[in-house]
Amino acid sequence: MEQQSFTTQTAPTGLNGSGSDMTLELRDVSVHFGAVAALQNVSLGVSRGELAAVMGPNGAGKSTVLKAIMGLAPVTGGQVFWRGSPLVAATHEIVKQGISFVPQGRRVFTHLSVSENLELGCLYLNDRAEQQRRLDSVLELFPILYDKRRDMASQMSGGQQQMLALGRGLMANPEALLLDEPTLGLAPIIVKEVFEKVHEINEKLQTTIFVVEHNIKGVLDIASRAYVLDKGRLVHSGTPRSVQETNILTDVFLGRLGADSEEEP
Amino acid sequence: MNENLPGWQRLTGILRDPREALTLSRGNIELWANLLIILCALVFMLLKGATFAVTLTTVFGIWAMLSISLNLVVGYTGLLSVGHIGFFGLGAYTVAILTSTTSYENLRTGEIPTFGWPFFAALPVAALVAGLVALLVGIAFNRFRDDIYVLVSFGFAIISFNVFLNLRVLTRGAFGIHDVARPQIGSWVFDTELELMLVSLVLLAIVIGISWFIVSSSFGRVLKAIREDEQVAEVFGYHVTHYKLAVWVISAMMTGLAGGMFSSWTTFIDPNSFILLESILLVSIVILGGLATIWGSLLGALAFVLLEEGMRFLPFLPQEYVGQARQVVLGVLLVVLMVFRPQGLVGRFKL
Repeated sequence: MEQQSFTTQTAPTGLNGSGSDMTLELRDVSVHFGAVAALQNVSLGVSRGELAAVMGPNGAGKSTVLKAIMGLAPVTGGQVFWRGSPLVAATHEIVKQGISFVPQGRRVFTHLSVSENLELGCLYLNDRAEQQRRLDSVLELFPILYDKRRDMASQMSGGQQQMLALGRGLMANPEALLLDEPTLGLAPIIVKEVFEKVHEINEKLQTTIFVVEHNIKGVLDIASRAYVLDKGRLVHSGTPRSVQETNILTDVFLGRLGADSEEEP
Repeated sequence: MNENLPGWQRLTGILRDPREALTLSRGNIELWANLLIILCALVFMLLKGATFAVTLTTVFGIWAMLSISLNLVVGYTGLLSVGHIGFFGLGAYTVAILTSTTSYENLRTGEIPTFGWPFFAALPVAALVAGLVALLVGIAFNRFRDDIYVLVSFGFAIISFNVFLNLRVLTRGAFGIHDVARPQIGSWVFDTELELMLVSLVLLAIVIGISWFIVSSSFGRVLKAIREDEQVAEVFGYHVTHYKLAVWVISAMMTGLAGGMFSSWTTFIDPNSFILLESILLVSIVILGGLATIWGSLLGALAFVLLEEGMRFLPFLPQEYVGQARQVVLGVLLVVLMVFRPQGLVGRFKL
């Protein structure tokens, strides 16, 4: 049986995945690490000002979607489109085009202070005044960072480091923010805070957000578009409600999709 | 007292209020280490007389230049290089070849030409040669980091030693180069120990100045980010390859400068001064002083020179064992220090 048939296209009004209204879009993208296929002909995207979530079990290729955008994974087929034209820039040029990446596992610069960490988010500007202006606005958005701005990043808790990573991503004043598992390894109460902050960034700053997450409950509450990946393939795209109404997630997480395909000749 | 302050700020704090020295805290070990080494140096110099103190300061100047430039690469950028002795040798040989006037008959190629340049003309060339070689080597090294970087820089150290030994047309091989010119401005030749110390300290001041400027600039900030996480630095808009290459070349140029000073101070160089062991000692000084601190590198160099030279005068040690005993003591000291203070004397973090 063809793998393609698993894709349940429930495109509701206003959310048709035709591609023309997408500001950041992957069209038929494949990624191979050597012989291993991490992504196979995946097409997904996010509209301007929208919050899109990519979900799926471990090894589904969720993070690879973001890495393919950032030029950190070898794209072997298809293309990434940014504002309607192909995104071909080198990794270090992408942030200057308005896409900021918050990597998995926070990865803050632990031996630098909080404000030094933040400043690194836009040091490439070489404009002290603009840098200070952005630093002030990010510190305003994250009161916890303001209190700790002189502390070493290594002295902060996991949740605070995640806020720092978010803030550092915002320093580039991005049009689109890519979040790779922002709640990984955090306590449930902190997870809630992080999602609230992400929602706030989306609402207040009108930042387009593309979030990869395995915490389905939290992310479906704030997302306006949802994708489900399994084994490198897109198996569902639609509204968060469509994901909850079908039992695609339980199928994917319990590995039922793969089992089905083996049963049917 | 604030434990996060660097060593020198703490010293000035004590000068302002001596009572601060008595407050016992964990961070004070660092302060006592600072004071102890500086006091030892002063006492030692007073005991041994002015001439010896001056020589010691010259040697200290050279080692401090080396350790500060290496710290830019190892401490600030996180590239563990054991090949810096190659750049030191390149600087030394450039100055020696350009300034020496002693003619020498090569067995195969006949007369080797002499250039007879003045020292201060040869010194910038030494820095340039080291920088140029570093640029070529750096382009090849840039894809590596961590343990692989140690290996490739080790390779560079071996290659450079063999070039010094075997490229006899230029380096005169194992015979070495005699009569390297002393610094000279007009008719003023810097040939007393005191004058050489002055040149050494001026060059050290230049190296400290350049390093301090780099470290406190936004360029230095990006270097620290690269040390922490190269990929994230790249994602945030910094072309990591260029930054790594730039600091590598700058560091090599300053190392070349130190090499030039060294060859003019000894007036004779041969390949044995540029063996791999010296490079390892250099890395030890940087780790001993503390990574990513200029003050730490100065202190590390001072402690090292004190140990090296001070051991000569231990009363119970027979002259013939001094050389070996120095290495043993230094080795033991490094092990002890790494057990109790893996971050070095004034450092903030481990390698």
